[in-house]
Amino acid sequence: MKPAPFDYHAPTSLADAVALLARLDGDGCDAKILAGGQSLMPMLAMRVARPDALVDLARVPGLDAIRLQDGHIAIGAMASKRAAELSELVREKQPLFHAATRLVGHQQIRNRGSVGGSFAHSDPASEYPAVALVLDMQMVAADPDGERVIPADEFFVTYMTTALEPGEILTEVRMPVLPTGSGWAIQEITRRNGDLALAGVALTLRLEAGRCTDARIAAFGVDATAVRLTAAEEALRGAVPNGESFARAGATAAAALADPMSCIHASADYRRHLVGTLIERALAEAAARAH
Amino acid sequence: MSTRQTIRLTVNGKSYEREVEARLTLADFLRHELHLGGTHVGCEHGICGACTILIDGRSARACLTLAVQADGADIITVEGLRNRETGQLHPIQQAFVDAHGLQCGFCTPGFIMTTLELLGENPDPSDEEIKEALGGNLCRCTGYQSILDSVRLAARRLQSASAA
Repeated sequence: MKPAPFDYHAPTSLADAVALLARLDGDGCDAKILAGGQSLMPMLAMRVARPDALVDLARVPGLDAIRLQDGHIAIGAMASKRAAELSELVREKQPLFHAATRLVGHQQIRNRGSVGGSFAHSDPASEYPAVALVLDMQMVAADPDGERVIPADEFFVTYMTTALEPGEILTEVRMPVLPTGSGWAIQEITRRNGDLALAGVALTLRLEAGRCTDARIAAFGVDATAVRLTAAEEALRGAVPNGESFARAGATAAAALADPMSCIHASADYRRHLVGTLIERALAEAAARAH
Repeated sequence: MSTRQTIRLTVNGKSYEREVEARLTLADFLRHELHLGGTHVGCEHGICGACTILIDGRSARACLTLAVQADGADIITVEGLRNRETGQLHPIQQAFVDAHGLQCGFCTPGFIMTTLELLGENPDPSDEEIKEALGGNLCRCTGYQSILDSVRLAARRLQSASAA
């Protein structure tokens, strides 16, 4: 349970960091980026990952800002989850992201774990990718040629795999401010408070004149990445928001899950059941907030 | 730029400079290089919380932190809590003794360091807040009820001490 040896680099600017990654990649060296380390360190300890080199971003300035920019909340990839949790801006303007952050790990983990690290790690059972799909977030990636913006629905590829290229560094995530009148909720079932979810759902809901006009729903912990549940979204469109329509949306989502993950802690059928039930509960919670 | 690095850091108020292997965890650095064995190593992948310490005033898992990442940091371990002049235990440590918050004691340093951060931020936590804060620590004797009692007792004593 100790990491295998690796070279350690601590660049002091983003330009140095991307140049270093490009050089290491050119040399055939398998380099991993070290952000907060709260997901990478267990992988190193269990030797699931055995990189030749780590590039620590801790000394790169300017990657930890949380700010409002052009109507979006922009969170630097190296901002800690604790900083996102304590940010008044995030709590007021994007409460779904705030609530999701509170569900990530425990305080000891959130104190050190970075926001960007979770997105780049892309664990299918983690909360952030599902929230990214629901909120249509944007990921900003930098390489020696500049930066590009990757939409959330293209970012998460499969288990622990994103659209980031080997030499790219995730520098920032951007999310819209929650529109007034929108409801939101995130619900999950974990074996222990703070652990990765056996299954979870995140959603936003819009009500107008007593009808559901829009819903965006995603589940996590059930497939190789977080998944949008469009059939359940469709089932809600135009529906009167009540227990019956919420139960129907949950049942629709559960039926539409192609092949949920199965493991010793939760069978595929159990996960399917959880998603249906959690959607029903989350919709009721979101509807209560949608005013 | 190599597998070995020189780090400088402060641990329990004392400054150190050491050359370390990059793959050395902070938990192993504290235990093996500085001979501070109070920081316990349980699962070594971030689940059990026995290695919890404070890094720059924030609780952290020492097993999920590399020693090189602590370069320049101010660290407090459970050894740093006892009053250096009087030798008295910290009120949180004493509360764990008095309310029977330790059985085998292996998890105790982690629980105490987590409690230190909790009560620093929130001097009068509700039971729910205590449970949430302690959720990241496992006790293999499952003595959770008396640990909860210990945190409540520590909170009461620290509050009356600060009121006095």
